[in-house]
Amino acid sequence: MKIRLLLTKSVLAVAAAFLMVVQVAGQATAIPASRQVTPEDLVKLLQSSPEQKPLMIQVGSHVLYTQAHIPGSEYIGPASTEAGLQQLRKRVAMLRRTQLIVLYCGCCPWSHCPNVEPADNALHKMGFRNVKILYIAENFGNDWVNKGYPTAKGD
Amino acid sequence: MLLLVLGLLWGRHMRSGTQASGPKQHPLAPDFTLAQVNGPSLTLSSYRGHVVLLDFWATWCVPCREEIPHFVELQDKFRAQGLQIIGVSMDDSADPVRPFSQQFHMNYPIVMGNAKIGEQYGGVLGLPIAFLLDRDGRITKKHIGATPAEVFDKEIATLLLKQ
Repeated sequence: MKIRLLLTKSVLAVAAAFLMVVQVAGQATAIPASRQVTPEDLVKLLQSSPEQKPLMIQVGSHVLYTQAHIPGSEYIGPASTEAGLQQLRKRVAMLRRTQLIVLYCGCCPWSHCPNVEPADNALHKMGFRNVKILYIAENFGNDWVNKGYPTAKGD
Repeated sequence: MLLLVLGLLWGRHMRSGTQASGPKQHPLAPDFTLAQVNGPSLTLSSYRGHVVLLDFWATWCVPCREEIPHFVELQDKFRAQGLQIIGVSMDDSADPVRPFSQQFHMNYPIVMGNAKIGEQYGGVLGLPIAFLLDRDGRITKKHIGATPAEVFDKEIATLLLKQ
């Protein structure tokens, strides 16, 4: 019985370690500060030039998007999945490579977000050079909604 | 007449006294019935009498994944005393959840969450979020973000002692 328990624990530990190693490559911490935009600065940008809004794309979960998102932003899907990345590539395929695009997620603390870095990487590979990533320190609830920034609900 | 007035005043005094000195009542967890990933639908209120750890998570959420092996251990450790962990997956579909639950040997039920349930719980706008419910179904703790296993262990053990 004890041996079985030990084996189960070992399998779980190995699985967790493997998943952590896999995730390191896709972490948001790899994104340089110069390409990040803070919630405060994004709000200022949206207010200063409403006619020239960036394309804002949420690359996290649909359930989170439906509860709260930045007005005017579009849902694409978790970019940590191949399906999400495909949707993203399809959405931007016809755009000029100079288009300002803001990516955001807010599912998890910045250091653990699995979605923004793969999305940023995909756009970079496609030739987009005017991409900003919304820096969300903790999560979208704490760092956007609770601060009173503009928020929309639904699909 | 005098007795009636005195009676009313006494009753009022007792009510106000109870409100002022009574213990703080934790809010009742919003009830739900949701489809399980690997089983029939699950109703939260059917777990009254248990201490419930309600974990909002997703397969792609790294801190959520780090917590799950600890939850598996906690479920084993405290099952006999009355702990029931319930995972509420905020994945967009159940497809990645099924193999994940098998890979991680998840030994507690998992239901598929939605925006409505998220809003009922005050907005699940970041993961993981865990709610700890006492045996009466009241929310005693809310943990936003990854929480050390020792914290859950201690809080669960304390709640389980209360009948």
